[in-house]
Amino acid sequence: MVDLTQFLDYVLMAMLVAVGIAVIRLRSLFAVAMLTGVYSLLSAAWFVSLDAVDVAFTEAAVGAGISTVLMLAAMLLTARDCAPVRAGRHWAALAVTVVAGAALFYALGDMPAYGDVNSPANSYVGMDYVERTPEEINIPNVVTAVLASYRGFDTMGEVFVVFAAGVGVALLLGLGGGRSREEEL
Amino acid sequence: MTPHVVLRVVAKLLIPMIVVFGFFVHFHGEYSPGGGFQAGVVLGSAIILYALIYGMEAAQKAVPPWWTRIGMALGSMIFAGVGFVTLMLGGNYLDYDVLHPDLSHAAGQHIGIISVEIGVLMTVTSVIIAIFYAFGGRRPDISDEEW
Repeated sequence: MVDLTQFLDYVLMAMLVAVGIAVIRLRSLFAVAMLTGVYSLLSAAWFVSLDAVDVAFTEAAVGAGISTVLMLAAMLLTARDCAPVRAGRHWAALAVTVVAGAALFYALGDMPAYGDVNSPANSYVGMDYVERTPEEINIPNVVTAVLASYRGFDTMGEVFVVFAAGVGVALLLGLGGGRSREEEL
Repeated sequence: MTPHVVLRVVAKLLIPMIVVFGFFVHFHGEYSPGGGFQAGVVLGSAIILYALIYGMEAAQKAVPPWWTRIGMALGSMIFAGVGFVTLMLGGNYLDYDVLHPDLSHAAGQHIGIISVEIGVLMTVTSVIIAIFYAFGGRRPDISDEEW
């Protein structure tokens, strides 16, 4: 039987490659910012087809939504076009990409097949969470159970990372609330 | 501002729905995909849309920047605070079972998850809005030629 979702995956990956090449070739920052949003949206669609709905949701909201808006807001503060890069830096970038890509392809052999029941993600502790969530946590969404309860510590760290990002931006740029306070004084 | 009548009308319709959807994603996170992180981003994007259409000043009047400053710290404190509450009730850090005596229905787990998710929601929403204010506030408005 032909698996249709597999072809959908190929189509989405081909579109990702096309958008990636377009991002590299374009010189207009506005178009690049919009295309990175498109890239995120395509990734989100691909994650849905891989049954990773929670990841897809986050990718669509953060990658396609917020990041694009922040890119556009940051773009307003800088020049719209970028100057051509010197040829020497092209070769350096090409070398880095080729080496990293070769390393990834080398590591590909150790990856479990898609949907493999014996893969590390589908055995050991992952299966434990799926089996124990109904009785221990008693909620249908295992992702939420793992995120908020079993791995509550990790999630707390994530929240602190988000907080640190906010504090970092506030330290660098201010929070945009300084003006009104000066007016009050 | 008259050229953007369509945008303003559509945004006025959309923003309440985005906010309701954000809260749905948050409070339905135990049953469907989503949770505090995604809901925070959705709520943040509602404010960002408001700022894009109606201008930064109107948005900062609706959600003052100091709210975001307090919100992101308070959210992190709520999450860490739930951990300390469970410590004081005699459990491990972030062990929600001690929050409620009804163990057969895991009521303590439900209370704990909702509490920490509220912390997540507050921090993520505040940080998203704060970062947008920080970038967008550096120039008064997007001029009409840029649309």
